[in-house]
Amino acid sequence: MSGQRVVRVASGQGFWGDDLEAPVRQVEGGPIDYLMLDYLAEVTMSIMQKQRARDPEAGYARDFVPLMERIFPRCVEAGIRVVTNAGGVNPAGCAEALVQAGRSAGVGGRARVALVTGDDLMDRLDDLLSRGHELANMETGESLATIRNRVQSANAYIGAAPIVEALRQGGDVVVTGRSTDTALTYGPLIHEFGWSPEDHHRIAAGVVAGHINECGAQCSGGNCLIDWWTIPDMAAVGFPIVEVSPDGTFVVTKHPGSGGRVTRASVAEQIVYEMGDPRTYITPDVVADFTSIRLDDLGEDRVRVHGITGAPRTDFLKVSIAYASGWKATGTLTYAWPDAAAKARAADRILRERLERLGLRFDEIRTELVGWDSTHGALAGEPPADLPEVQLRVGVRSDDRAAVERFTREIAPLVLTGPPSVTGFAGGRPRVQEIMAYWPALLRREEVESELRVEVRDV
Amino acid sequence: MRKIPLVHLAHARSGDKGDTANVGVIAYDAAHYGVLCDQLTPEAVKAHFGGMVKGDVERFELPNLSALNFLLHGALGGGGTMSLMNDAQGKVFSTALLRMELEVPDDVAEAVAGRGRVPEGWRPE
Repeated sequence: MSGQRVVRVASGQGFWGDDLEAPVRQVEGGPIDYLMLDYLAEVTMSIMQKQRARDPEAGYARDFVPLMERIFPRCVEAGIRVVTNAGGVNPAGCAEALVQAGRSAGVGGRARVALVTGDDLMDRLDDLLSRGHELANMETGESLATIRNRVQSANAYIGAAPIVEALRQGGDVVVTGRSTDTALTYGPLIHEFGWSPEDHHRIAAGVVAGHINECGAQCSGGNCLIDWWTIPDMAAVGFPIVEVSPDGTFVVTKHPGSGGRVTRASVAEQIVYEMGDPRTYITPDVVADFTSIRLDDLGEDRVRVHGITGAPRTDFLKVSIAYASGWKATGTLTYAWPDAAAKARAADRILRERLERLGLRFDEIRTELVGWDSTHGALAGEPPADLPEVQLRVGVRSDDRAAVERFTREIAPLVLTGPPSVTGFAGGRPRVQEIMAYWPALLRREEVESELRVEVRDV
Repeated sequence: MRKIPLVHLAHARSGDKGDTANVGVIAYDAAHYGVLCDQLTPEAVKAHFGGMVKGDVERFELPNLSALNFLLHGALGGGGTMSLMNDAQGKVFSTALLRMELEVPDDVAEAVAGRGRVPEGWRPE
């Protein structure tokens, strides 16, 4: 690497709920230039929308603020800039809380927070529909009009441009809403290296770096099938760092002395995660070809990634819409040897008959035996009579909330009115959950891009 | 020739996109990628999963990684928060595919025996 400028983008969170200590280890464990924190998954936005409906100041990844309070001084001292989509459905509220956190952390006057808005389409839906944007479901082709009154959140996946602008304006912490996960990594690269929108191959390389970074330790030893029992010190697993050169080639690594393992195989496993057609990995800024990726294992937890090609971006951005779609609940009971599975199945029969006698209507009732077939289904075969124990897991789904509510009251009675040797009901009644269904759609990009705003303010 | 489970030849990871599970299968040894390509056809994978996959199975090749990517449509009970499945996000569909039996020459079967499985008697320290 000597003589060539390299930009290090470290990954600190792979989802909302990830290892809270990982970002601290990333900023303290060695030199990095950027820390990216990905908090959003398909279902996260609708959860945040619900939280915001109850509390107008909520609606973002709340873990992010106390985290920044801890690491802000270190980031300012070391010149580490943070890029995150923690803003969720309330990036302005998140930025405001962040400014306050920065002041309490003692970096007032020494840092700037950049806020990116414009991805939220919730208040624009009717206008968009009235102007002929159908926002049809990408999978079924149905028009959004069919579920319009049940929509809870609608956000466009936005690309690197506002992140690059925020960094250009001097933002030390960039807070966005529904930024594409990968843009949190390749945005800083475009800013640093000045790649033009026509540098398709380099931006595609940045996308691959982002895809490797976006799930945290999932490329550095976490959830890794390859000789997993030999992976060292997972208690302090090292999260990934990509060391990127101006030509787009990069090395995936982690801090020296951290746990986990980075190998060609661990990186390959992450590359295929949540993949569709590998030749057309579509992002707002480029279409990357994952069949062009070359991996060289350099040893000592370093994997070189090169050869990546990309094609021009499309005219559309993906829109993630969540809509209310009924109710569900799941109840469990544990049955013990002998004949544990037979008892669980008999209990399931009794439960179903009771639900039917009550005249309750469900769109689906699903029964699984946890400890036997809940992950491999029929591939698990018939359970042996000597199975020491099994957990009966029954789920129901319905548009009728009352039916689901009543189901939650039918689990515990089985303890005294069903098959013997049953326990594991101490958790109380199952919780009724509202279902937020996912509606992926496409929208012409100019409709979103014209509304994107970047605002930078001092801490 | 002998039948062995895929777990000895490949590792895998799965994830979700709506009601579709994806399973990426990666050969431990590039020399065995051809066996995967020949025998892990979309039809054979669909047959392996039986009723667990309601829709089509699509297959994509990544020879650069000695990998195949499968899209299993209609595998997640509606997907996302709609699904009533324990594995609603298809996180371990990968391992269900690794149960699939492939036919390999005897010497390959012997060379890969035990691969992908914890050594007998192993316990966390």
